[in-house]
Amino acid sequence: MIGGLFIYNHKGEVLISRVYRDDIGRNAVDAFRVNVIHARQQVRSPVTNIARTSFFHVKRSNIWLAAVTKQNVNAAMVFEFLYKMCDVMTAYFGKISEENIKNNFVLIYELLDEILDFGYPQNSETGALKTFITQTGIKSQSKEEQSQITSQVTGQIGWRREGIKYRRNELFLDVLESVNLLMSPQGQVLSAHVSGRVVMKSYLSGMPECKFGMNDKIVIDKQGKGGATDEAGKSGGGGGKQSIAIDDCTFHQCVRLSKFDAERSISFIPPDGECELMRYRTTKDIILPFRVIPLVREVGRTKLEVKVVIKSNFKPSLLAQKIEVRIPTPLNTSGVQVICMKGKAKYKASENAIVWKIKRMAGMKESQISAEIELLPTNDKKKWARPPISMNFEVPFAPSGLKVRYLKVFEPKLNYSDHDVIKWVRYIGRSGIYETRC
Amino acid sequence: MLCFHVCAGEIFELKAELNSDKKEKKKEAVKKVIASMTVGKDVSALFPDVVNCMQTDNLELKKLVYLYLMNYAKSQPDMAIMAVNTFVKDCEDPNPLIRALAVRTMGCIRVDKITEYLCEPLRKCLKDEDPYVRKTAAVCVAKLHDINAQLVEDQGFLDTLKDLISDSNPMVVANAVAALSEIAESHPNSNLLDLNPQSINKLLTALNECTEWGQIFILDCLANYAPRDDRESQSICERVTPRLSHANSAVVLSAVKVLMKFMEMLPKDLDYYGTLLKKLAPPLVTLLSAEPELQYVALRNINLIVQKRPEILKHEMKVFFVKYNDPIYVKLEKLDIMIRLASQANIAQVLAELKEYATEVDVDFVRKAVRAIGRCAIKVEQSAERCVSTLLDLIQTKVNYVVQEAIVVIKDIFRKYPNKYESVIATLCENLDSLDEPEARAAMIWIVGEYAERIDNADELLESFLEGFHDESTQVQLQLLTAIVKLFLKKPTETQELVQQVLSLATQDSDNPDLRDRGYIYWRLLSTDPVAAKEVVLAEKPLISEETDLIEPTLLEELICHIGTLASVYHKPPSAFVEGSRGVMHKRLPARTGSGESTESPDVGTIAGGSGTETAPSIIPSQGDLLGDLLNLDLAPPTTTGPPPPTSGMQMGGMDLLGGGLDSLVGSPMPPRHLGGDIGGSAAMGAGFGAVPAVMPASLNAPMGGGLGDLFDLGGGVGMPLGAYIPPKTVWLPAMKAKGLEISGTFARRAGVIQMELTLTNKAMSVMTDFAIQFNRNSFGLAPAGPLQVLSPLSPNQTIEVSLPLSTVGPVMKMEPLNNLQVAVKNNIDVFYFSCQYPISMLFVEDGKMERQVFLATWKDIPNENESQFQIKDCHLNSDAASNKLQASNIFTIAKRTVEGQDMLYMSIKLSNGIWVLAELRVQTGNPNYTVRKERIRIT
Repeated sequence: MIGGLFIYNHKGEVLISRVYRDDIGRNAVDAFRVNVIHARQQVRSPVTNIARTSFFHVKRSNIWLAAVTKQNVNAAMVFEFLYKMCDVMTAYFGKISEENIKNNFVLIYELLDEILDFGYPQNSETGALKTFITQTGIKSQSKEEQSQITSQVTGQIGWRREGIKYRRNELFLDVLESVNLLMSPQGQVLSAHVSGRVVMKSYLSGMPECKFGMNDKIVIDKQGKGGATDEAGKSGGGGGKQSIAIDDCTFHQCVRLSKFDAERSISFIPPDGECELMRYRTTKDIILPFRVIPLVREVGRTKLEVKVVIKSNFKPSLLAQKIEVRIPTPLNTSGVQVICMKGKAKYKASENAIVWKIKRMAGMKESQISAEIELLPTNDKKKWARPPISMNFEVPFAPSGLKVRYLKVFEPKLNYSDHDVIKWVRYIGRSGIYETRC
Repeated sequence: MLCFHVCAGEIFELKAELNSDKKEKKKEAVKKVIASMTVGKDVSALFPDVVNCMQTDNLELKKLVYLYLMNYAKSQPDMAIMAVNTFVKDCEDPNPLIRALAVRTMGCIRVDKITEYLCEPLRKCLKDEDPYVRKTAAVCVAKLHDINAQLVEDQGFLDTLKDLISDSNPMVVANAVAALSEIAESHPNSNLLDLNPQSINKLLTALNECTEWGQIFILDCLANYAPRDDRESQSICERVTPRLSHANSAVVLSAVKVLMKFMEMLPKDLDYYGTLLKKLAPPLVTLLSAEPELQYVALRNINLIVQKRPEILKHEMKVFFVKYNDPIYVKLEKLDIMIRLASQANIAQVLAELKEYATEVDVDFVRKAVRAIGRCAIKVEQSAERCVSTLLDLIQTKVNYVVQEAIVVIKDIFRKYPNKYESVIATLCENLDSLDEPEARAAMIWIVGEYAERIDNADELLESFLEGFHDESTQVQLQLLTAIVKLFLKKPTETQELVQQVLSLATQDSDNPDLRDRGYIYWRLLSTDPVAAKEVVLAEKPLISEETDLIEPTLLEELICHIGTLASVYHKPPSAFVEGSRGVMHKRLPARTGSGESTESPDVGTIAGGSGTETAPSIIPSQGDLLGDLLNLDLAPPTTTGPPPPTSGMQMGGMDLLGGGLDSLVGSPMPPRHLGGDIGGSAAMGAGFGAVPAVMPASLNAPMGGGLGDLFDLGGGVGMPLGAYIPPKTVWLPAMKAKGLEISGTFARRAGVIQMELTLTNKAMSVMTDFAIQFNRNSFGLAPAGPLQVLSPLSPNQTIEVSLPLSTVGPVMKMEPLNNLQVAVKNNIDVFYFSCQYPISMLFVEDGKMERQVFLATWKDIPNENESQFQIKDCHLNSDAASNKLQASNIFTIAKRTVEGQDMLYMSIKLSNGIWVLAELRVQTGNPNYTVRKERIRIT
């Protein structure tokens, strides 16, 4: 198990050091500094073995977090724990910075004592931790409160405390997707996938039992068989599909996995506040919001002519935002002249690219840019590798076609019903790695 | 605000604040103490003052004091006792948080006296009404076991812990499982976890309810269970599969481990088997969208899974395509998996990707990509042509390291598909001049030698390499030797001079025994039987296999049982990097059992089921085995072509070598096996070597024994015409003892300078730098004449040869034995000590020839007690040869006379410290035993 946990600043000075196991000595602190933080080479692996001691590290801005062990630990668990530790710290005092760590070192020690016992991770849900580890000192608790805390920390629903009350029961659902594409110059899709997240922010009283439904193909098909009259059929452009095939999904620990496995229904008691309810991945029938059509012509040895057309492919009533097209230029570019009909385009010599920005663009439109690139003659025999044209954007729909069908809330003990809860749903599709080779 | 420096004044100030009446001031003071502790300052002087603050109802202050105690109690055991009362009292506190805190902290104080007091509170806490206290107490049992295992057993805590597996609270169950698993690891045979269908059922129920971490503990524990039959196996799998959708990657990987293991038991024709295979792919792919560090762990594991069950991910090639922004460690791993998944169906895509990668910036990555193209060619025959043309395109880029890497892989392609792509040789030859890496040079030379008959100017090409023969690395020298011999056998008329030249370079001017030995063998082969030479040297080579870098099957099986853990990241069994008894137990995949069989014969069932924790043959290998195991492991580099790395000290009988081992030795582009010193086997072999001008390297035993007494053992071997005798290198400092640094070495005397020749090998996983060396005082005042010249850092698996000149002017102290030398070597990791013995012969100076008159006079003056006499057995040299040979080691013959068929040789030796040794060597013709009388004087 984890033998010790150290936090360093960028210089390699120790900010926090907590040793859990006897086999880890103080010299381990120095070994990591010398061999990893001060190493001349770039870090070649997040796991380092120095003199039979293994170091796992993650970096957050300038801060290094390192977990140390001499045993054959579960490596995935150690990294998950380090990420969790970062989340917990962020939830307590905001950004992980040297100053924040120094100012909160007592708190951090207290947290480390609680969430890692003899190197075994314990309950690390901030919701539960905040009930008894506070920055303001412990309030004197009544006996009931104490046992409530302990049963919550150890209980089945460790992520939520009892007795939460809101005057207005409200919840927000964000479907956030990033669409990834690699396209050949001829417009053939080489690979495309959507990785999406459903983020839920809930302000609900009591211990609400929630049920989340979406247009998952397996569920819809099952219901179709049951006699419902769902007509199958697709209407492209904007994602009006009836159902989508999800390749794989993972859930927050509040979701009852065995129930999902058996019935494919997503039921849970949510943590208070924000949580990432699920992650998913789809590869079929993705709506690609934009198509990029590149045309690169080499005129002699000192000139390139580039023409790029982008076409938006969604409902005309929707607007895409923050569109940015990045057209790489050769290293020996001496000058660029750009003409574009929409937006602004600039040649950025330091990035070796023409960056074309458009604030907004409606669906089913197209726009074009053309550029003349002057090249310096070189005797470099190596051909220009022609990196792909990449694109960034944000669209107000889910490129996978995912739709939230319902999110039902039941709280039998308190007197509010599903209808009283105010629910908000929002879809945001962003570009992941969206590239077209030219 | 916070203070990070502690000086005496400050300690005093803190002391005052700690004893303050004001609570706030006290707390601030303790905070300052903890801050100093964090940065490594010693604040143990404040122990009594801090302990005094323990009695408080302020929980925050209490926690700080406990933190201090955990750090310093061990260094102040007597004072730690002061804290016991408070602990015991806190364990009875009405607040469960304080009870838990007390028992948690007490377990971390590793002081024997305290552990005695811990037992009673712990017993109570294990049965506490509050689950928070119970879950803390469960872990505390593991802590106590780590301090005093016997105590835990005597007090019956293990049984209480076992009871907690049936606890109503899932977190208590999870912690109890974790604690028991850890304790069980140090008692491989104890059957502590006692896994049976009932307890497994409890665990599977708790799995649905506990925290993500608890799920990991339980899944890791489940993986050690051996189901009775395939039905039980299937039902466990069914209950574990939902975990594949967990957001925590560690839960997913641990579930994958359980499934991969239990799947072994399912019959392949079962529908469920196919379903399970399908269910495994998506979660593995999803792991690749995690943070990069986790991706790395996942990829290392996928690498294993792909080798074990390629069918799972065979359609998922695309997800392993490298992204521009991936960290380098992710890129390299993805590349590895891409090659493993490459097949005829997807090879076009893979090649297109690899070609893209070959134009990236990171040198390591580009090299690996180029190498990957070669491996594709070897793996998928249909693609070979495309691969070769891609490689040729890359060679055209003229990027130096790309060209070199391409040539290395093309050599392998030639070996896989002989007589198919030799048309490209011309293109390769164009790049001859730009090759500066040994591997690439060696590959190119091999190609030239192998296809000498098709290359018109092969002799010129090889001759060009010959000029700087001694500056080349061993690999290149050996390859050049073989290539020229091949060339000679193919075109004997034009190349006679060339072959003479290379043979004499290899046999006469080289200090490398591998090279010399190979040279001698060729020489003899060519001079005795050219036809046989042709058969041997130009024999048909075995084709190289498709996948040479696969993990060895038994290791792979073991690693599959360790999915998710460090072992799976390092691709090494835990015993290779875990100290002590933990993790030594080898795990094994369960065997497939027919369901009918086990129900019909209950015996089989009980054995399989009852063995629970001991599915593996729970043998703790002896120290020696372990060591061997380790060394093997560290030695094996991921080579692309099969030959084992040169292993020094491999003993091979002479005859055996010529019989079977030779073809593999000479015909192929392998690094040679080290022939060791025993090549000749005996002098009888040497006698048969009449045709060879030089004599075989001798079967000399290193004169490492006593002091001057066996000096003359030197003469015992057969002659070596050039230079003094140099004993073969021996391992002085094994890697086990020096945190991965292995040192072997020998001593030599060259041109009047004593050299310590060292081979440093880094078998650790981190780079070593800052080498330095020092000697203890010794009998002859040996001392390093310069610093240890290790200029570049020594990266893992790298070996470096260093020659350290020695002087004899250092401080003197008589050692036992006389020629013992104690050495300290330092690097960035630590300082290591070892001792070695040098052959006295290296102390013989060149001006040791005594005037005849002086010799005669001194001989008489030496008192009898200074005389000793011994015999050298089995020496087949005549007196002249012996004399010549001894002269090479600075033992000079002053006079010779023959009495009654005996040759008497009178000799003198001068040691570096001015001591003269005079000797009489009696050689009887026909009698292989020499008699030596020798005497010693000191000339001041």
